[in-house]
Amino acid sequence: MELSLTGVLLLIVSAVFIDNFIFSKFLGCCPFLGVSKSPSTAFGMGCAVIFVMTLSSAVTWCVYSYVLVPFELEYLKTIAFILIIASLVQMIEFFLKSKVPALYESLGIYLPLITTNCAVLGAALLNIQNGYNFIYSVVFGFASGVGFTMAILIFAGVRARMRFSNPPASFKGTPIALITAGLIAMAFMGFSGMSIG
Amino acid sequence: MSKNNKILEQFKDGIITNNPTFVQLLGTCPALATTTSASNALGMGISVILVLMCSNMFISLLRKFIPNQIRIASYIVIISGFVSALELLIKAFLPSLSNSLGLFIPLIVVNCIILARAEAFASKNKVLPSIVDGLAMGAGFTLALVILGAIREIIGAGTIFGISVFGDWFEPAVLFILPPGAFITLGFVIALVQKIRSRHNEYVKSQELERKRLEREAGLWN
Repeated sequence: MELSLTGVLLLIVSAVFIDNFIFSKFLGCCPFLGVSKSPSTAFGMGCAVIFVMTLSSAVTWCVYSYVLVPFELEYLKTIAFILIIASLVQMIEFFLKSKVPALYESLGIYLPLITTNCAVLGAALLNIQNGYNFIYSVVFGFASGVGFTMAILIFAGVRARMRFSNPPASFKGTPIALITAGLIAMAFMGFSGMSIG
Repeated sequence: MSKNNKILEQFKDGIITNNPTFVQLLGTCPALATTTSASNALGMGISVILVLMCSNMFISLLRKFIPNQIRIASYIVIISGFVSALELLIKAFLPSLSNSLGLFIPLIVVNCIILARAEAFASKNKVLPSIVDGLAMGAGFTLALVILGAIREIIGAGTIFGISVFGDWFEPAVLFILPPGAFITLGFVIALVQKIRSRHNEYVKSQELERKRLEREAGLWN
């Protein structure tokens, strides 16, 4: 894939809106339903995901291209990536704790949850599957994180208002949240009309 | 006899009482993404059963050797080993399934059900119950997936397992195969499950009251 500014911009638009991680690829649904109870926690989680996803996209791409491919170990990529992500999350946690305590305090509790967030591993695997180069991979990781954050923020906003509504007893809690998510996903399908070549 | 009862109990727990998808709400991502048709759902479910049984067995075998501090990391390595093997097998023998499930085969690694069972069951129990637990929980997950897949396929395409259900007059609502349909179907099915559960609880409660009333009356007679 050739590197160009238009290409990068298209990638960002498509990762944020058209192929939104939650609403069209279903990656990262667990935190999406779990931590979207209030907009502020959703924002914290979203920032942590953007941060980890950008970094892990860069690191996993490098490891894949410079370690796994030369040694013909491509089949180990799932194991390698999950270990990289887990240790990366751990390192970020240590680093933030000692160097940027303010940021650690706001992101800290979300970091361990990210290891088992399928969006992060999904982004790393998609980078390889789509044959992105280094820049595109980092941009894709970042843009997907932004798309995730946007989705979770919108959803948290709706959910905050839903607390005052009165659904039938058996729909209380998760079912009504899922149906709301379905309606938002329907709105997001409108973006697929924008899909460009 | 009691051993058989125990196994039956485990199956009931995994499939009905503590169904991983409908009751514990674990593993929502594959439940939404791979249920576009009943056969995809079945493929995903069987893959998860295989990985869950193998990983539960291995973790249970190694439970005395894995240090407590690094247990989660060790579980992830064990699980991802089995997932990689499964991924290669599916790619080699079932290329069409591999195409339609795509990314979600390697993503079984981060499926919360498997890690949850490793942590909650396999790390504390003997090998045989752990394998049974893997099979039971996996079966519960598979059943949930096939139910979702069947509903979405019937409404969204008018077929089930690829066989046409209705005649030509049926106009499928394609929305149900698309992403919004996944969220909406899961929402309605969980609502139904909650309804049944509350009915069941009420029934159990009323039975209890009835029994107490009878006992009281019997006490009066005596």
